[in-house]
Amino acid sequence: MKRHLLEAGDLDRADATLVLDTAAQIEQALAGREVKKLPTLRGRTVVNLFFEDSTRTRISFELAAKRLSADVINFSAKGSSVSKGESLKDTALTLEAMGADGIVVRHGASGAPHRLAHWVRGSVVNAGDGTHEHPTQALLDAYTIRQRLGRLDGVRVAVVGDVLHSRVARSNVWLLSTLGAEVTLVAPPTLLPVGVGSWPVTVSYDLDAVLPKADVVMMLRVQAERMNASFFPSAREYSRRYGLDAHRMAALPDDAIVMHPGPMNRGMEIAAEVADSARSTIVDQVGNGVSVRMAVLYLLLGGAPE
Amino acid sequence: MSTLIKGARPYGEEAVDLLLDGGVIAAVGTDLPADGAQVVDGSGLVALPGLVDLHTHLREPGREDAETVETGSRAAALGGFTAVHAMANTDPVADTAGVVEQVWRLGQQAGLVDVVPVGAVTVGLRGERLAELGAMADSAARVRVFSDDGHCVADPALMRRALEYVKALDGVVAQHAEEPRLTVGAQMNEGDRSARLGLTGWPAAAEEAVIARDVLLAGHVGARLHVCHVSTAGSVEILRWAKSRGVQVTAEVTPHHLLLTDECAETYDPVFKVNPPLRTDADVQALRAGLADGTIDAVATDHAPHAVEDKESEWAAARPGMLGLEQALAIVVQTMVEPGLLDWRGVADRMSVRPAAIGRLDGHGRPLAVGEPANLLLLDPTHRATVDPAALASRSRNSPYAGRELPGRVVATFLRGVPTVLDGKATK
Repeated sequence: MKRHLLEAGDLDRADATLVLDTAAQIEQALAGREVKKLPTLRGRTVVNLFFEDSTRTRISFELAAKRLSADVINFSAKGSSVSKGESLKDTALTLEAMGADGIVVRHGASGAPHRLAHWVRGSVVNAGDGTHEHPTQALLDAYTIRQRLGRLDGVRVAVVGDVLHSRVARSNVWLLSTLGAEVTLVAPPTLLPVGVGSWPVTVSYDLDAVLPKADVVMMLRVQAERMNASFFPSAREYSRRYGLDAHRMAALPDDAIVMHPGPMNRGMEIAAEVADSARSTIVDQVGNGVSVRMAVLYLLLGGAPE
Repeated sequence: MSTLIKGARPYGEEAVDLLLDGGVIAAVGTDLPADGAQVVDGSGLVALPGLVDLHTHLREPGREDAETVETGSRAAALGGFTAVHAMANTDPVADTAGVVEQVWRLGQQAGLVDVVPVGAVTVGLRGERLAELGAMADSAARVRVFSDDGHCVADPALMRRALEYVKALDGVVAQHAEEPRLTVGAQMNEGDRSARLGLTGWPAAAEEAVIARDVLLAGHVGARLHVCHVSTAGSVEILRWAKSRGVQVTAEVTPHHLLLTDECAETYDPVFKVNPPLRTDADVQALRAGLADGTIDAVATDHAPHAVEDKESEWAAARPGMLGLEQALAIVVQTMVEPGLLDWRGVADRMSVRPAAIGRLDGHGRPLAVGEPANLLLLDPTHRATVDPAALASRSRNSPYAGRELPGRVVATFLRGVPTVLDGKATK
């Protein structure tokens, strides 16, 4: 494993599999235990550095670090150097002086964790940067797929929605293809990046054509505001062409699953009855997120303190 | 004060002696006597006319922490320049006779290069109404180049009027070609790399669309147009087409667009953030070919100093722009001379003769011949050195060439016969 987890590309197939296997072992070790805590990271400090609000991701990382007995500091630094608050670099130097062993960073600017990694000695974990990547989300998605379908190799995954602005989509494209899955991106052309042709994926504009051949459908959050910039005409039209409702869900193969990274726009990209159906893994994903993040922190920081 | 340069090779040709006296090249020949003149050993050195930059940001007034007219002039002299055009996007904006005269005077005081102010096209660079172009042209600064650089004159009707109006001033509008509606939030070239990096794309079409519009407008009203920092293969094609139709259009390319590609963005190091952005290798090749065949008239640095805090940040928060004055000639040697795309006369043409003609500068871009102004440089083309930003004369450190080994060293620069650089060091 590399020292940092900045993007899915940092993980080769062996590393990615190690993370998933470690998460499974951690889950087993904790199963049935009254005290859901391992002593592995005792005495180590993990800082959750969140420049953007994301309660669910922060809580997931916080729980992961605490279950490994690390000391956790939540550092909410809204407003970056753009607003002439403390700069990213000054924040990094402050954390460095405090001796952070691991820094979990969420930032609105793509690449901010890469910059941070230049300025600190501790391990940096990208918890979502701009429209770039969110590698632990992809890991928990892969973990969930493997848990439900028993494999990743050859699994057909349709990623549906606002790929252009989605860090979840980017991380999943790279991680899932590393792990041998076949990824199809489904979106209106306006929500696919120019340059998507160089990605190891198939691209489709037609959700109905893709669903019968999908083992996994991963619905991305679509912000209704995008219609103001003419990415699509209206929320209703988007929903009609690319939303997953019960009728469309019926076209899926029998054991196919439906995923969503959350938070969902019910009635927009996903209908309530789909989100709450037996195919939905949305609640599993949340639980698996803690296990996978424990595995990442353990593998990056697990070495005994010097 | 007179100087005798012994055995330098004008345009890389036969070695001769050059006597500089009274601000002009007083004699050219072999074995000229020193007669009390300061002697400079020119053996092995290429003599070129002093370089002329059409596009420099000197930051004064307003951001003297990033650069001043004096520090930028020193960087220019060290790069072999004898004249630089100072862009108008200062604070206050150079949109009045008062500001352009201030910049011009600061340049005179520094005395290292001729600082030629560029006037803003529109008041405050806001793209709403014309600045007092005539007043700037008639001022002591004698403004001939007008530009809202940093901003595009996006309104087509306003651009048309600007093109027409400056005909009376023998001026030229230098357009920063960027359709603003296509580049909202843009961070880097739009393509394979922006898709992967999650940085908002700056499509080539946003530049090409404006250039296409403007060459049509310039042709229609019979005015001169200059296109700043051309960065795409498509732009080169449009310019080639326009020139074939007789449109009075000229264009410049920056050293960084001749060398670097959007691959640099993969580091997320904002030292590589620039506007227009670094493009693809295919664009770089097309720009080199366009410069070689004269479709692109000039190399212009777009030297853009920025304070450390404006660059040491996340990519999106950083200011766009990079240093260029001190390495411009080295980059041209590496990308154009060494591959055989330009000879030394070609370098003189693209970096001195044509930019001086575009800016209507009388005393620059002249041949190395008896009676001509003694504006020239001496280059050691065999020297190679690694760029160390800390060693630059610029007040800023945002060089994209840090750690790169580049060819060529400017050994001496003369401004009207007075050395501004000797032994590779500024004389003041």
